[in-house]
Amino acid sequence: MRGRATVIAVPYLWLLLFFLVPFFIVLKISFSEGTLAQPPYLPLYEVTDNGEMEITATADSYAFLIEDPFYAEAYGRSLRVAFFATLIALLIGYPMALGIARSKPPWRNFLLMLVILPFWTSFLIRVYAWKVLLQGNGAVNAALMALGVIDQPLQILYTDGAIYLGIVYSYLPFMILPLYAALERLDASLDEAAADLGASPLRVFLAITLPLSMPGILAGSLLVFIPAVGEFVIPELLGGPDAAMIGRVLWNEFFANRDWPVASAVAIAMLLFLVIPIMLFQRYQERPTR
Amino acid sequence: MNVRRFTALSFGLAFLYLPIVALVVYSFNASPRVTVWQGFSTRWYEALLHNEELITAAFLSLRIAAINATIAVVLGTLAAYTLVRYPRFRGRTLFTGMVAAPLVMPEVITGLSLLLLFVATQSLIGWPESRGVATITIAHITFSLAFVAVVVQARLVSFDESLEEAAQDLGAPPWRVFFLVTLPIIAPALVSGWLLAFTLSLDDLVIASFVSGPGASTLPMVVFSMVRRGLSPEINALATLFIGAVTLGIVGAVLLGRRSPRS
Repeated sequence: MRGRATVIAVPYLWLLLFFLVPFFIVLKISFSEGTLAQPPYLPLYEVTDNGEMEITATADSYAFLIEDPFYAEAYGRSLRVAFFATLIALLIGYPMALGIARSKPPWRNFLLMLVILPFWTSFLIRVYAWKVLLQGNGAVNAALMALGVIDQPLQILYTDGAIYLGIVYSYLPFMILPLYAALERLDASLDEAAADLGASPLRVFLAITLPLSMPGILAGSLLVFIPAVGEFVIPELLGGPDAAMIGRVLWNEFFANRDWPVASAVAIAMLLFLVIPIMLFQRYQERPTR
Repeated sequence: MNVRRFTALSFGLAFLYLPIVALVVYSFNASPRVTVWQGFSTRWYEALLHNEELITAAFLSLRIAAINATIAVVLGTLAAYTLVRYPRFRGRTLFTGMVAAPLVMPEVITGLSLLLLFVATQSLIGWPESRGVATITIAHITFSLAFVAVVVQARLVSFDESLEEAAQDLGAPPWRVFFLVTLPIIAPALVSGWLLAFTLSLDDLVIASFVSGPGASTLPMVVFSMVRRGLSPEINALATLFIGAVTLGIVGAVLLGRRSPRS
């Protein structure tokens, strides 16, 4: 079975070396002491001249994250923004996914392709498009003024509103696809049976369609929520200069402050926040189905 | 289609497409002030042709994307094959986790961790001598292979294993079974996986920014530094070219897919 061993070993070693080992290096550096050198951190232990080992590992970076309210606010803001952006994406995406799933089969693939197509164009360019549209004299303000909704241009760019818009816009296809996959599998005769028995359309939706599409709702929400928490580009381009979201904080700790231990601690803490929803989702998926 | 569903879909699709349409329209605007319309012009496309920095970066990105996609398809296929066909081996749980994790790993963390790895190996064994094309490509392969594995896995799960067994019974050695039976059947998934990996690489800003070194700026890195400074009509023209290429590619793929009788 030499062939089998090779098939397993090649991707296995690649992932060990370039995924798992780097993760442990981050963990290690998060416990190192920062220093003004290249690279800017100290080893976790030193062997002194008389052969004794001296431990220099420290949890200072984590203490720093807890003490400075700046970081707690950044985590709070990231989780809040990601949560509400996910909710908005769900509210927009669900009717769309339902609309596609209930279309006639020849239409379905075409509509699905229309939803996926923007995903294949550059993410950066799609975020930039909103920067153009949301300018003071941009198309969104012009349209709102023409409709008589406002008579002064609104400051939308560089607010949290713009960040929500950017996240919902960029990740909407990730919400729609799993929702569609769940809704498409639903047996339409269940709805009809409920309707025949006198249930109102709202009741049919709440009692049948919604619960049966729950796996799609959870998968789609996770696919939007997780990247949104660590998002860097959207708050950087559309958010205000002080809109500290955690991805941006990590970037700045690393590139601007050159504080590698703190950047690593920020990364480890972010992972801890993300592990919780992922584990809950796993538990939900593995629960015994009747 | 009922009215309510039609409305939801039209509004949703309008939301997805209006910003893109706006960029295309603005790219033909003569005015250097992006949002003020001043008549039709193709001057920004000409300016694009003379922007050496952008063109160099575009070729660099295309090269990295192509190498990345090719290696990621090989590794991703091996990973998918392992997950589907070898239900039992030591360390399988860890492997399953490592294949899935890059899909949900925030980009900033992937970028940071790989850079720290490259810094560590540089001081330990002197490799990589400098960061650039090679380190970006390795980083891209690592997350692309996870996406390829998902696509190929779906195809492997759905195919009829008796075809492979038949070839085996007729005396074909395992590698021949793979190349003559398995590979042709999963080929469409390999093509989608390659395209997906190519796109992901071409699109990546964050990870490349971490693991790149001086002198190796990818297209997203150059575009990002331009749009960070403010609006730029040249970016509108670049975006339009991008959108045109993607649309042509997808329409072409759909037409090709229609022509072939199977799948």
